[in-house]
Amino acid sequence: MPALSPTMEEGTLAKWHVKVGDAIRSGDVIAEIETDKATMEVEAVDEGVVAELVVPEGTEEVKVNTVIARLEGDGAATKPADAPTEPVPAVPAHPDPQPASRAEAKGDPARTSAPAAPAPVSALKDPELPEGVNLVKVTVRDALRDAMAEEMRRDPDVFLMGEEVAQYQGAYKVSRGLLDEFGPKRVVDTPITEHGFAGIGVGAGMAGLKPIVEFMTFNFAMQAIDHIINSAAKTLYMSGGQIRTSIVFRGPNGAAARVGAQHSQDYGAWYGHVPGLKVLAPYDSADAKGLLKAAIRDPNPVVFLEHEMLYGQEFDVPEGIDWVVPIGKAKVRREGTGVTLVAYSRMVGFCLQAAEELAKDGIEAEVVDLRTIRPMDVETIVESVRKTNRLVTVEEGWGPMGVGAEIAAKVTELAFDYLDAPPVRVHQEDVPLPYAANLELLSMPSVERIVAAAKAVSYK
Amino acid sequence: MARQATAAAGRRKPGGAEKPAAGKDELLKYYRQMLLIRRFEERAGQLYGMGLIGGFCHLYIGQEAIAVGCEAAKKPGDQMITGYRDHGHMLVCGMDPREVMAELTGRSGGSSKGKGGSMHMFSTEAAFYGGHGIVGAQVSLGTGLAFANAYRGDGKVCFAYYGDGAANQGQVYESFNMAQVWKLPVVYCIENNEYAMGTAIDRSSSETKLFRRGISFNIPGEEVDGMDVLAVKAAAERACEHCRAGKGPYILELKTYRYRGHSMSDPAKYRTREEVDEVRKTRDPIDHVEELLEKNGWADEAALKAIDAEVKKIVADAAEFARTSPEPEPAELYTDVYIATGA
Repeated sequence: MPALSPTMEEGTLAKWHVKVGDAIRSGDVIAEIETDKATMEVEAVDEGVVAELVVPEGTEEVKVNTVIARLEGDGAATKPADAPTEPVPAVPAHPDPQPASRAEAKGDPARTSAPAAPAPVSALKDPELPEGVNLVKVTVRDALRDAMAEEMRRDPDVFLMGEEVAQYQGAYKVSRGLLDEFGPKRVVDTPITEHGFAGIGVGAGMAGLKPIVEFMTFNFAMQAIDHIINSAAKTLYMSGGQIRTSIVFRGPNGAAARVGAQHSQDYGAWYGHVPGLKVLAPYDSADAKGLLKAAIRDPNPVVFLEHEMLYGQEFDVPEGIDWVVPIGKAKVRREGTGVTLVAYSRMVGFCLQAAEELAKDGIEAEVVDLRTIRPMDVETIVESVRKTNRLVTVEEGWGPMGVGAEIAAKVTELAFDYLDAPPVRVHQEDVPLPYAANLELLSMPSVERIVAAAKAVSYK
Repeated sequence: MARQATAAAGRRKPGGAEKPAAGKDELLKYYRQMLLIRRFEERAGQLYGMGLIGGFCHLYIGQEAIAVGCEAAKKPGDQMITGYRDHGHMLVCGMDPREVMAELTGRSGGSSKGKGGSMHMFSTEAAFYGGHGIVGAQVSLGTGLAFANAYRGDGKVCFAYYGDGAANQGQVYESFNMAQVWKLPVVYCIENNEYAMGTAIDRSSSETKLFRRGISFNIPGEEVDGMDVLAVKAAAERACEHCRAGKGPYILELKTYRYRGHSMSDPAKYRTREEVDEVRKTRDPIDHVEELLEKNGWADEAALKAIDAEVKKIVADAAEFARTSPEPEPAELYTDVYIATGA
């Protein structure tokens, strides 16, 4: 089973185009493989005769690198009869049509961050969740799509624009199905011109529409950051309250896996720095949906930071209700008295796993999911630290001038007397993110590092 | 597709027989509007010299015919957006000169409560969207305003003004592209005053005929004498017609000249005094209309003087207001950062 994208871990063998005994040449399409993002044709790279189709058509969840067929090569006859034949090496017939460096911000998490890819954990106990509501498992990807669809049904001024959001169904398939339901007027494919379309989005927002501007990843939004900050965030103030811009800038943020320094950056601190913006970074599907709906309804510019490594993960989402999560409220995802771990986005999952590890050593960690980076729910963090007397912050971004630095400063200001140890920040190493698997792993925060930091502040 | 003005770029023969394409009242209106901008800007320059206006202050003197001519072609609801040389646009869309001047002095009576300053003035009631300090940003934003017009199908047109300097910004072309692909009703009004701050256009631009910059996007453009208010108006009407017919964007390169420096702190050493004087003498947009009015017997010297006196009075009143309006309350520091939500 070939990996058809950097983050693909498994796929469905949708169709065989060959049968046992067929002679094939390199370049022949031999199968169709379906991932959660697309169906792709697979070409043979060797010549020979199909000896065996190991994985039958229709098999789901076939792991990458599983042998799916065996091919008798030219030299097969000279081999001993019991010698294993070579598996068919295959390449996708149509590599993703997006420029690989742009869209395929992916990787194999199991390979690059083995301990750092914890299973999704989510204790959905929002106080705002009504009694008796049914919970259904939804991926973060679909939760985001559902949020947009619901808000677009609710308000005709809401529209989505961005690269590949319409006909292609989203570079990461977040906007899957939206074009069909809402048409090209409200689901707008843009050319690859972030600066220009961000400005157009802001202008449309100033005119009273409610644009959702998707960046294929936030790395590309640096081309557009002038409009996010100078045009969207500041104009209300500069106009003495006259010009309002209700707009959501959204897309994947942070490091995927093995995509190199330019495609792997956490912008939480960058946007969190700017008055006039609200900055959200959800972890699970319920927050992704509820916060995105809140962001779309908010009359202010909102930067909505998603995470590619979470898109495919499933979590509970309340069903059948208008689920809106308030902006500016952190969530205690695990209660504990030993140490406070504060994180956002993907790092919340890491913290939850670290908390399990710490529990084995008798340290009960409290995990605070920020959810909103600006305005920050300092109260919840401080309340937690007053209980645990210890603070570890965790972020994918760099440490200096980071989100953790801000949290540490706030806690020092407001709960200095409660601290039994200096706060510790876990973050990406202070280097551009390397490509090499081992170096990337060394650079990124990991469960081990969080555990070590928690133990350090606990003097254990 | 791209058409050049028939007369050599903006050159007019003083005293030449011209049949004005406007009646008496209309012409008097434009005269008065242009004069208001000029007198207002002269006074702003003076207040700057007195230390009452701080920071950057970019005067519109010399370019008045553009804002006035385009305004004449606009219909109610049509939007306008520009860069930081925005005082004239504010005045022409009907904003109270007091508010505009008080914004320059950073007072609570200013249009942005003193929080925007010279470069950041807006009026939602007049559909004027500012007032932007990042060169070229208004082009994308204006294209976005036009996107909203197309989305709503309300027949409105957006005028996005920018200079020959901004004309070299990348986002201008990103916007051209999308505006034409999506057939957005936006008129790109390039106020070509020949100098991007201190850089003459032929030193910064490989194609100095800016109305041709839309050719590779299939956007029609024309060169217009930006010192002739009636020529500007006529061109802007053609542009609006094109936009309202659903044919997409239109480019007007309005050839003009600014008499003052780029900003108040610019000594303008990059051009000669003679060059400026020559333009003032032969191409001045206000003199031009004055001439038309006199020639047609629509206003004599006394009548024109009376208009000038009236305008000067308005400007003096605005200056007085701007001088005496209190500074914003300290509490204003924290307002208008976010729109309050129910939560």
